[in-house]
Amino acid sequence: MTSRRYFWNRFFEKSLAVSAFVSIATLLGIFLLLAIHSWRAFERIGLGEFFSLNAWNPAAYDTPSYGIGALLLGTALTTLGATAIAAPIGVGMAFFLSEIAPLWLRNLLKPIVELMAAVPSVVMGFVGIVLVGPFLARVFGLPNGLNALNGSILLAFMALPTVISISEDVVQAVPRAYKEASYALGANRWETLTRVTLPACYSGLLAAIMLGVGRAIGETMTVLMATGNATAIPQGFFSSVRTITATVAIEMGEVPTGTTHYYALFACALVLFLITLTINFAAERVAARLRKRGQ
Amino acid sequence: MKMTKRRQKARQTKKSRPDTWAIFGRLLLLVGLVMAGSTCHQMRSVERITVRGSDTEVNLVFRLAEAYMAEDSAVSVSIAGGGSGVGIAALLNGKTDVANSSRALTDKEIALARQRDIRLVAHVFAADALVVVVNPAVGVDSLTLEQLGRIYAGEIRDWAEVGGRPGRISLYGRQSNSGTFVYFRERVLGRDFSPALKQMNGTAQIVESVMRDPYGIGYVGLGYVAKADGSIRQGVRVVRLKADAKRRAVSPLEEAALRSGEYPLVRPLYQFTNGHPSGKLKAFFQFEASPAGQQLILQNGYLPPWPDMLAAYHALRPASSYVETLNYYTEKR
Repeated sequence: MTSRRYFWNRFFEKSLAVSAFVSIATLLGIFLLLAIHSWRAFERIGLGEFFSLNAWNPAAYDTPSYGIGALLLGTALTTLGATAIAAPIGVGMAFFLSEIAPLWLRNLLKPIVELMAAVPSVVMGFVGIVLVGPFLARVFGLPNGLNALNGSILLAFMALPTVISISEDVVQAVPRAYKEASYALGANRWETLTRVTLPACYSGLLAAIMLGVGRAIGETMTVLMATGNATAIPQGFFSSVRTITATVAIEMGEVPTGTTHYYALFACALVLFLITLTINFAAERVAARLRKRGQ
Repeated sequence: MKMTKRRQKARQTKKSRPDTWAIFGRLLLLVGLVMAGSTCHQMRSVERITVRGSDTEVNLVFRLAEAYMAEDSAVSVSIAGGGSGVGIAALLNGKTDVANSSRALTDKEIALARQRDIRLVAHVFAADALVVVVNPAVGVDSLTLEQLGRIYAGEIRDWAEVGGRPGRISLYGRQSNSGTFVYFRERVLGRDFSPALKQMNGTAQIVESVMRDPYGIGYVGLGYVAKADGSIRQGVRVVRLKADAKRRAVSPLEEAALRSGEYPLVRPLYQFTNGHPSGKLKAFFQFEASPAGQQLILQNGYLPPWPDMLAAYHALRPASSYVETLNYYTEKR
């Protein structure tokens, strides 16, 4: 009887270890694949050309060119816009939920926020085409609404659940003693909120926003559908932009394996992977520092 | 008290073990059933044909395949879009039987096929006219091919330059994996598209965008504008085209002008295979070329091919003559 139990215990321990190992190995494998394939692209194109503002035009009429500058700007523009929208709304919502809202409202809003995360990205893209696009066109007097701002608004909506739920955890984690001390000194609710609770969770909120950004940067389908995908260097939020994700998604299917174009797409993916990795890593560091301080 | 608790726990673990076995058993049963199902499928010997590629062709080929499968239940044709480039790439990578393409092969693709020992064979089963549409508010109803090329290359930026309402032109087109994108670039531009071109996911999105955008221009297949019942899509204006300034402006809605070549943007629709098709695939191609197939092609807003069109197109692009072209139309059956 005991040996059997011992066997099963060992079995599950080992299988859990294997699952952990598999996920790490997969991540490493993905990175290696990207790095090896990208190396060929850099060899053939040259780093200078690849990161230049030259046109991204691998299927050109005469001479192909592979500059991802405009694509990087497209990604940066939509992501920055999304952050600018999602950060204040997300943090404000988190404070409202945990500090101000009465219990019944909180119980109503929290599931709604969680449901927001369940909207598929294609649906968001669709919303961008039929709702947000025409709306932007009307409000700003543009001929069409397929631009970076449209993408930003949609991405902000998609990043919000992440930002809100993590921010809320951060706000809740502020020790009660801080607030009680503040009230004891005669501060009112607003003063306590802005001068005690908020400063106490700055770095946590930063981590929440960064994780939201990480989510927005990698998003593909929504921006592919809503931003117009023009490869010109963007002039601002009202320009049509093409992001790195959209480029890989559009072109991966058509490209014959082993061509420069094929490897260039892997290089795009590598750049994207490194960006999201950096952001997630930084957010993780910020959060870890916070945890250490909390103890 | 302590003892009983422990005993209860023991009983619980004992109970839970048969449960896990039961789940295992059910899983095994499921796997068995699935396997049995798949072998059943093989026993009926349904021949599968996979077709990938051109979004222009996907609806048409789907209709043709439906009609063909209704005649012969021993065939299952699965069709996917994605763009001509996607189809050809899939064929070169050995992932599809047929590549639908609304453009000829490029030199690069032919070289790659040679390298991989793939013998590409072309079957032209229909022809499509490319239609240029604008928003009615633009106020332009005819253009020369040269003007159209300069508009899409970004050299003409304002509608006033071609006699329309002043305002910056919004260009709509397909993504570079589209055969329509490549055909248009080759036939109309002869150079790269303006980077300001908004690259849409599909033809339907081009039509939608041009309908909404008061300065919009787009290009689509005739089938998307002229419906099977003869009606014309509302909300966009079909532009009449002149091959050059001296010719008359021709609408793609005049069938005679399409056949005579007077309308400048008519192109063959291809289906490429690796080697000569045989068996059911050959039968499918022959069905497409049969009177019933041609009737379906006409009903869907496309044209059955005619000999002059092919000759004219091959003269335009000699590279495609490297590839053998099948002809099921004059063949006796």
